[in-house]
Amino acid sequence: MANPKSAYSVSTKKEKTDTHIIVVWVDNEAGVLARVVGLFSGRGYNIESLAVAEVDAKKNISRITIVTTGTPQVIDQIKLQLKKLVPVHKVADFKRNDKSVIFKEMALFKFVGNTNKIKRAINACKKYNVVILDKTKKSNVIQITALRREIDKMAKNLKKFGLVSVSRTGAVAMTRGDKVFN
Amino acid sequence: MSKLFTGAEIVFKCLEDQGVEFIFGYPGGAVLPIYDELKNHSSIKHILVRHEQGAGHAAEGYARSSGKPGVVLVTSGPGATNVVTALTDAYMDSVPLVCISGQVPTHLIGTDAFQECDTTGITRPCTKHNWLVKDIKDLSKTLHEAFRVATTGRPGPVLVDIPKDIQFAKISYSKPKVKKKLNGKSLNQFSQNEIDELINLMNKSKRPIIYSGGGVINSGPEASEVLRELVELTGFPITSTLQGLGAYPGDDNQFLGMLGMHGTYEANNAMHDCDLLINIGARFDDRITGKIDEFSPKSKKVHIDIDPSSINKIIKVDLSLVGDVKDVLKSINTTLKRKNINLNKSNKQQTSNWWEQIQKWRTKNSLHFKNSDETIKPQHAVQRLYELTKHKDTFITTEVGQHQMWAAQHYKFNKPNRWMTSGGLGTMGYGLPAAVGVQIAHPEKLVVDIAGEASVLMTMQEMSTAVQYNLPIKIFILNNQYMGMVRQWQELLHEKNYSESYSEALPDFIKLAEAYGCKGIMAEKPSELDEKINEMVQFDGPVIFDCRVDPNENCFPMIPSGKPHNQMILGPSEKEENKITGKGKALV
Repeated sequence: MANPKSAYSVSTKKEKTDTHIIVVWVDNEAGVLARVVGLFSGRGYNIESLAVAEVDAKKNISRITIVTTGTPQVIDQIKLQLKKLVPVHKVADFKRNDKSVIFKEMALFKFVGNTNKIKRAINACKKYNVVILDKTKKSNVIQITALRREIDKMAKNLKKFGLVSVSRTGAVAMTRGDKVFN
Repeated sequence: MSKLFTGAEIVFKCLEDQGVEFIFGYPGGAVLPIYDELKNHSSIKHILVRHEQGAGHAAEGYARSSGKPGVVLVTSGPGATNVVTALTDAYMDSVPLVCISGQVPTHLIGTDAFQECDTTGITRPCTKHNWLVKDIKDLSKTLHEAFRVATTGRPGPVLVDIPKDIQFAKISYSKPKVKKKLNGKSLNQFSQNEIDELINLMNKSKRPIIYSGGGVINSGPEASEVLRELVELTGFPITSTLQGLGAYPGDDNQFLGMLGMHGTYEANNAMHDCDLLINIGARFDDRITGKIDEFSPKSKKVHIDIDPSSINKIIKVDLSLVGDVKDVLKSINTTLKRKNINLNKSNKQQTSNWWEQIQKWRTKNSLHFKNSDETIKPQHAVQRLYELTKHKDTFITTEVGQHQMWAAQHYKFNKPNRWMTSGGLGTMGYGLPAAVGVQIAHPEKLVVDIAGEASVLMTMQEMSTAVQYNLPIKIFILNNQYMGMVRQWQELLHEKNYSESYSEALPDFIKLAEAYGCKGIMAEKPSELDEKINEMVQFDGPVIFDCRVDPNENCFPMIPSGKPHNQMILGPSEKEENKITGKGKALV
């Protein structure tokens, strides 16, 4: 219960929140990421993960993918507020459980120690497109691509096999089929 | 080969091409090349303020009263940080400002150089957009873009940060081609279908109300005219937010007065009981809505706004029309006239019960106060000021607090752009510099800052600006020796623990006025008030008027915190009658 002495109204309703993936196409210019991220922090929206890189060098366009959670009203506000930013071209929004959209994150794992153990670890990662990037007698660096929760699980489970370091990206997204978001 | 210009010259070429007549600013190391260039441009006059915050508020006053963007020029570091309050204020109240700031030379950026700060970083959340110009080639394009962003769509402040070496660098200048890079941000998105749907709702409504806001003012004087036409065509009652005052005549019978926390009883009850609420250019601010869950529970809600992100932000609406208020209202009026010329007449019967109910609420006379022969009541002072200045085309600015609400309640505005107040941010110290800007834009008009003694001391130094430029602004201080609104909340909510809200050792305002080289007037008794106000109005020059008012007066009516519109406190007498009981008491 908020203090009834407050000069502001008391928040009452608790609405259900959903996880959304927001994709933003922006001019690749100085400070543009700070504008987008600042909008989230300034208005109290949360960022679960963030991925950003230039996707069109000719037109100077970067694509920012943000995973966030919020009530439907908050998600709407996020989209509308993003659209107001001057360097923003377009904004797309997908629900995380949307079957027509592919979401992927990438992770790098470093294993140090017993080769047998490392082998078992790599085996466990099999379904996640394992690529072995570096190999010594004592260590391995591998790359996997998977969903966030799958990477979470692997990062936790593989500790016993000598996982010493994890580096991961935010999610990136793309629609299935021939449809292109305009 | 075309002629080469320095960055500083380019700045003035852009300002000239934008039709800028006045700059409000303060020089410093990082903008000296621009100041050096000032002498060569006679069409642009620089107004030297005494503090950069004053420059920002003066530019706001200039912009709000003239409809043109205000231009501010400040130096790097403290110059830029001092203007942040004004930029935030302009952002909250959608005032178009273009702020040009100097910056340390590009090779020193990031080295913690003298008077360096991350200006674009600091002002990013309080501007519509900002730019750091790192290449002379971008300068003219950026400046023209800055004016475009500030003035189109929902207006707001922008900032262009220009490093000192860019001000010295040379390049050719060509007038910009009118190129609109909208990034899909088109302004008018409403359709005729939506207009038809609105008119359908209007035809069916038995208890309609129009709630208009600052967007009508921002849309230009023509928007106020079409709003008046709409109200006449429909015969609907209309209420206004603090920022919207003046868009509709304050003394008209269809006008219910201001709504919200200190709005009238009839306006707030009509908002609560209506079956159709038409929001025109307002944003459902929390000072307006009261308790969200119980806000206007029985109504269909329509929202007309130029900013799509305002729709459904606070209150979910049934119909939204995104576009410039003026254009939307014109379409509505045209359709109304074509389809249903007699809406006014046919509506009259349908809404006659509603109007009867409104008349009943009106009889509560919620702006009433107990006048006195002994002490000047602040409401009385505003009423007398209104009566003695209403025949003139008077411009009013205010500071923030009780006096601001009394001014909004008791001064009736009949034209747009005559009322300049800090609503969204609630910036104490806004009114005096804003009055400077208003007087610059309207040198022949009467400009009065209805002030509180606490607020006005925050930017009092700008009296020196007023004297320097012979600006005959009148600072009408309702002096109750308290931060009145703070004291009121402490009385009502914090068991009369008046913690730090009494100002001891206030200056002698008459001597202060004289020290600045202007006139000081004091009124202590109701009997001398009219004569003194007339003396102030007739004096050709700036005046500080110390109006000693009842220190214990509170601002009523009032929606207590956490309450819906239909549970207002009307005044101290009602409190004694113990109307607030149980849970309500805990809330008050």
